[in-house]
Amino acid sequence: MQLTERHKEYWRKNLTITAILLFIWFVITFVIGYYARELHEITILGFPFAFYMGAQGSLILYVVIIGFYAWYMNRQDRIYGVHEGDEQ
Amino acid sequence: MTNGRTSAAAPGYSQRAFTQQLKKYYTFYTGGFIAFVIILAIAEQLGMPNRWIGYLFLLSTILLYAVIGVMSRTADIAEYYVAGRRVPALFNGMATGADWMSAASFIGMAGSLYLLGYDGLAFIMGWTGGYCLVALFLAPYLRKFGQFTIPDFLGARYGGHLPRTVGLVCAILCSFTYVVAQIYGVGIITTRMTGVDFQVGVFLGLAGILVCSFLGGMRAVTWTQVAQYIILIIAYLIPVVMLAYRNTGVPVPWAVYGYTLQKVTQKEQELAKDPKEQEVRGIFKKRADDADARLKGLPNSHAEEKAKVEKRLADLRAANAPADQVRAAEDAVKSFPASAEAARTRWTADKNAAAARSGPPRPHATEFPGATEQARDIARKNFLALIFCLMVGTAALPHILMRYYTTPSVRDARVSVTWSLFFIFMLYFTAPALAVQVKYEMYNAVVGTNFADLPTWVKSWSAVDRTLLNIVDINGDGIVQLAEITIGGDIVVLATPEIAKLPYVISGLVAAGGLAAALSTADGLLLTIANALSHDLYYKMINPNASTKTRVTVAKFLLLFVAIAAASVASQKPADILFLVSAAFSFAAASFFPALVLGIFWKRANKWGATLGMLAGTIVTVYYMAMTQPWLRSVFSVKSSIAENTWWDINPISAGIFGVPLGFAVIIIVSLLTPAPDQETQELVDHVRYPVLEGDIDTRGT
Repeated sequence: MQLTERHKEYWRKNLTITAILLFIWFVITFVIGYYARELHEITILGFPFAFYMGAQGSLILYVVIIGFYAWYMNRQDRIYGVHEGDEQ
Repeated sequence: MTNGRTSAAAPGYSQRAFTQQLKKYYTFYTGGFIAFVIILAIAEQLGMPNRWIGYLFLLSTILLYAVIGVMSRTADIAEYYVAGRRVPALFNGMATGADWMSAASFIGMAGSLYLLGYDGLAFIMGWTGGYCLVALFLAPYLRKFGQFTIPDFLGARYGGHLPRTVGLVCAILCSFTYVVAQIYGVGIITTRMTGVDFQVGVFLGLAGILVCSFLGGMRAVTWTQVAQYIILIIAYLIPVVMLAYRNTGVPVPWAVYGYTLQKVTQKEQELAKDPKEQEVRGIFKKRADDADARLKGLPNSHAEEKAKVEKRLADLRAANAPADQVRAAEDAVKSFPASAEAARTRWTADKNAAAARSGPPRPHATEFPGATEQARDIARKNFLALIFCLMVGTAALPHILMRYYTTPSVRDARVSVTWSLFFIFMLYFTAPALAVQVKYEMYNAVVGTNFADLPTWVKSWSAVDRTLLNIVDINGDGIVQLAEITIGGDIVVLATPEIAKLPYVISGLVAAGGLAAALSTADGLLLTIANALSHDLYYKMINPNASTKTRVTVAKFLLLFVAIAAASVASQKPADILFLVSAAFSFAAASFFPALVLGIFWKRANKWGATLGMLAGTIVTVYYMAMTQPWLRSVFSVKSSIAENTWWDINPISAGIFGVPLGFAVIIIVSLLTPAPDQETQELVDHVRYPVLEGDIDTRGT
């Protein structure tokens, strides 16, 4: 089994998107968590900012991150010809 | 063989038609269940007793699971281990949701948030955000690999029995503690609903668990878990929505509770300054000081105190005091600590309990409350460490990862993680809203009322179980102060239907939901353990020539054996079961995550690196817990103080924060010091990275 340049490019793209999404995940979880006290005065829908993120905002973004990754990679599979059969 | 899709489905039966049919079945099922609830509600209005409603919910839901379980019976190996690899993404998402959300999530989560406020959100974020790691690092690759268990992957990727064995032991270690807690939860719920003994409840629950999994393995567990998810989410959302509607007139609890939270915060500030509240807190402060004085006086104070309680009893008897006073004094003598050592334990507990109640209410919306800046920094550090451990642990628990072996394709595995998190999100998004609403109710309808006018739900729940809710008039003014209330977290979910003044049928529904949550998780875990034993230990290591028929029989036998073992442990009511559950996340994180992720993303990782990395991560995690967690310290009879064993003030529950980086470091260093893995292994890594490759190998388990 020999990997072509296109295969390698596919894998690089996968690593790039993984790194970007992981970075977003890190920021909304740990950076906001770390600065929670400093962000207290900002209010969203009546919540202090970090409370809002912990109870709602981050959760929504987690679903978006995973959903985007699935959509993006399933599309890359087709572009790079490594997708599975067509039947849905 | 590059496309498992068409061949996996039964002949003449396309995946699309299968999905359509499932949608039809489960829509019909959901409608049927709602109709059932409505019929019971009508029956209640016509005078059906509450106990019957409880029985009916319990029996009919278990019967339902049993029917699905029996219909899904199978002797086919791929059906038994991975449900034939044709579970559509949507349904695998629901099954994962039920697999994931345990009795603790269903009943305990909102309670933890009630008690901890902002800091409790670590559980909400940790147990959802972990799915980002599942999606980005594991699920699609494990699906492409396509065997049956997590040790399977370790065995194939790192070669030889050694990594597989270590994986096997770790999988059993974290799943077993977890399943004991689930069966315990099943026992509690069964007992509440039917009034039978706890031990009987455990074994009744066990029967409920086994009907789902025994005959059909993963296939049966999958389709019952989908059914259980539907029940548990309906049962969770209905009371919360109704409560929000009653309190605010808007049936959308998620949108409006920010403003309720502001009112709660305002009330907390009033209560902190309220003189009556301060009086009660002062009484607790004095009790804590008294206990402290006794502790300081040990060992002499033991004999002195003992003489005091005995003298009091003698005095009361001599004075011919009322019978209840004499009885209380007799109890005090009888339960007096037998030795100075026992007295130290008891009085320390007394002191801590009283001290905990001597402070102002914990501000719900404040991040990391604490007396000093330093205490707040430590709280923040532990908050972040806990999130990290829960997230990485989520992405390493075998019973969750195993679910992604069951989708028809890599593409479906990716989509399926999205559905999984979406379905989990529905509950976790709601729990913080429920916590705030119940707190608001508590501060406004309970605090400040006369003891005679307490709401009915308060009276009935404090009569059921004092650990759930207990209000004692400490300062004797006849009015409830917040500091006089002790609550157990579980009350928040259990009492919601009554707080919202909903009919009993909704309480029955909540109990059925809690049961569904506990049963589904217990099934997933039992299957993980039994499969590790039957597939990895028996088939892969002991008897590789076993026929498929023997393998399925052995798997079923082991499932039964593990289930009975777990139920026997649960029926002993082991101490600190909740700690063990949270500890399972740190174990899983430290043992599996580094080896699995590096196995996919770093070709150079090899057998020795992975084996030693898993061992090092697990050992340091267990070591840290054993040195710092009170119960484990007593098990291992650790003598040195907690303070000197603590590293950077991290709580034992987050021990994985040390184990995970160490695991990564050891795998990398040892792998670089030992020879690279062979060509075949490198090809395996490429195989899992691409959904389809020309001239690809086939690693799917048979």
